[in-house]
Amino acid sequence: MASAPSHGSRASHRGALAAGRTLARWLVGPLVTVLVASFVISAALALAPGDPVAQLLGPRPTAAQIAVTRHELGLDRSVPVRYWDWLSGAVHGDLGFSIVHRDSVATLIGPRLGTTALLVAYAGVLILVGGVGLGILGGALRRMSPLVAAITGLGIAIPAFVAAQLLVSVFSLRLGWFPATGAGSGLADRLWHLTLPAIALAVAWAAYVAQITRTAIRDEDEREHVETARARGLTAPVVFRRHVLRNAAIPIVTISGLSIAGLIASSVVVESAFGLGGLGTLLVDSVTARDYNVVQAITVALVLVFVVVTTLIDVLHTMLDPRLRRGAERA
Amino acid sequence: MSALPLPPVAAFRGRGGRAVRSLAEDKLLLASGAVCVAIVALALLGPLLASGSPSRTSILEANLGSSSQHWLGTDALGRDIFTRLLYGARLSLAGPALIIAVSTVLGTGAAITAVWVGGRVERVLNRVLDVLFAFPALLFAILVVAILGTGLVAPVIALSIAYTPYMARVVRSVARRERSLPYIDACQLAGLSSWRICSRHILPNVFGVVRAQASIAFGAALIDLAAISFLGLGVSPPAAEWGLMVANGSTALLNGYPQECLAAGACIVVTVVAFNLLGERLAVRSEGRR
Repeated sequence: MASAPSHGSRASHRGALAAGRTLARWLVGPLVTVLVASFVISAALALAPGDPVAQLLGPRPTAAQIAVTRHELGLDRSVPVRYWDWLSGAVHGDLGFSIVHRDSVATLIGPRLGTTALLVAYAGVLILVGGVGLGILGGALRRMSPLVAAITGLGIAIPAFVAAQLLVSVFSLRLGWFPATGAGSGLADRLWHLTLPAIALAVAWAAYVAQITRTAIRDEDEREHVETARARGLTAPVVFRRHVLRNAAIPIVTISGLSIAGLIASSVVVESAFGLGGLGTLLVDSVTARDYNVVQAITVALVLVFVVVTTLIDVLHTMLDPRLRRGAERA
Repeated sequence: MSALPLPPVAAFRGRGGRAVRSLAEDKLLLASGAVCVAIVALALLGPLLASGSPSRTSILEANLGSSSQHWLGTDALGRDIFTRLLYGARLSLAGPALIIAVSTVLGTGAAITAVWVGGRVERVLNRVLDVLFAFPALLFAILVVAILGTGLVAPVIALSIAYTPYMARVVRSVARRERSLPYIDACQLAGLSSWRICSRHILPNVFGVVRAQASIAFGAALIDLAAISFLGLGVSPPAAEWGLMVANGSTALLNGYPQECLAAGACIVVTVVAFNLLGERLAVRSEGRR
């Protein structure tokens, strides 16, 4: 946030107040959201029906064995105590123990994190280039508008797992350009392996971003100040760049950011479709195997990333739109 | 945030929304509405149209292409794909329908209550909706499956909750605008009860937006639920469901028989496009009338 110009003590007092509010909105608010979410996740998993210990000890464990294991895993303590233990451990990088993999959750997550991050980043670039590009095309060129509307209308309706099958069927099996499964090793190989997954992940969101971009530009195009600029004799590219695009940028940035936040959840499906073995695959496997510590760590991590990204969008949004900035100061 | 884009209906403003056209003139609305009705009718009546059983397997007829006997071919177990799509339509559509019904009622109720009562109630409700918003819908559904176990019940409950803020947000802005209109003051002065004003005056006026958003959310819920089944966390085999069929067909697809995957995928895409278009046109109409 830009600092408020201070004229005397009242203004600076207002400035300090505004800074406090901003801090609350961008730091405390998201932090509280993550804490509440992580507590709910922890409590819900703790109270889930079924006993993970039974699975760990195999058939017919004695009551004493069960009691000992429950104690070792900390399952005999109350929900708030367990949450507190988990939280203080998590802050230090200790995410608990996987009863299925018999390994610490952190070591399980570490190597898989890279695949997921690369996939989401790759898809994010595709969305920004493809989605915003297509939207600008549809917004700027009146004749292209209906075509772009049709493409985006269709694209939005294609789920990532359907897109995945289509892409594999055409580009892996028919044309043989890209591998159908696996994540590869080494950066170039990994990017090659992740191309189809990234496209599958990006399709619906790129279409959505394109739709919003196109609508934002067309809305802006009809505004009076644009008419005035045209009447002043400015050339079409100048009017478009200075008057249309600059104002349309706000919704475009917001929606692009939101789309990248949304990718984080969708990546689970795409990883599963392509057998990528990232965080998403681990999450689904752990849900099926009722490996709650892994489920908890991954869901909380994804919520954390999601909240951070949406907060960053909010910050960016405020910086782009001077009206909001002033609103924040006055509020 | 939903796993897939769930646009608020306001996003469609400005697409031919300036002029209110009569129902008969809005061909897109009629066409998409007709497709939606046809899909629902097929789901309800489908089993009457299909000749065979959706679960009759036949190893000798595995992975057949389309023929007069099997219109869309057969899957890896030799089951007729067309029959399975028809039977699968019920499961694939009933879940989203339930999700939308629950989230629409909850979201509309919460939004109108918040706007009407205002003050602390509104702040608390808004905060709850914000926290719910912080959960990506698909992730929430997976979490609830982890707790309650696989099947349709867990994801339907989860998505009903996850979609509530989407409905509430849209309704809230329209309800707020409605509440500030003079006729509401007139109603209050006339001594009408709050319940009566909300149910007889505000509710009918937000209904246009609710209808439009519900139609769009239906498509998104269908995709989310199908994704859960695709992941193997929802409907379990041998039941027929579109998302599960895409997952089942993916092995056959790798062996060069893409028919099951593509047919089930096409069903999902066509249904979602139809409901999205319907919602979009309904939104334009309700916006134009204002």
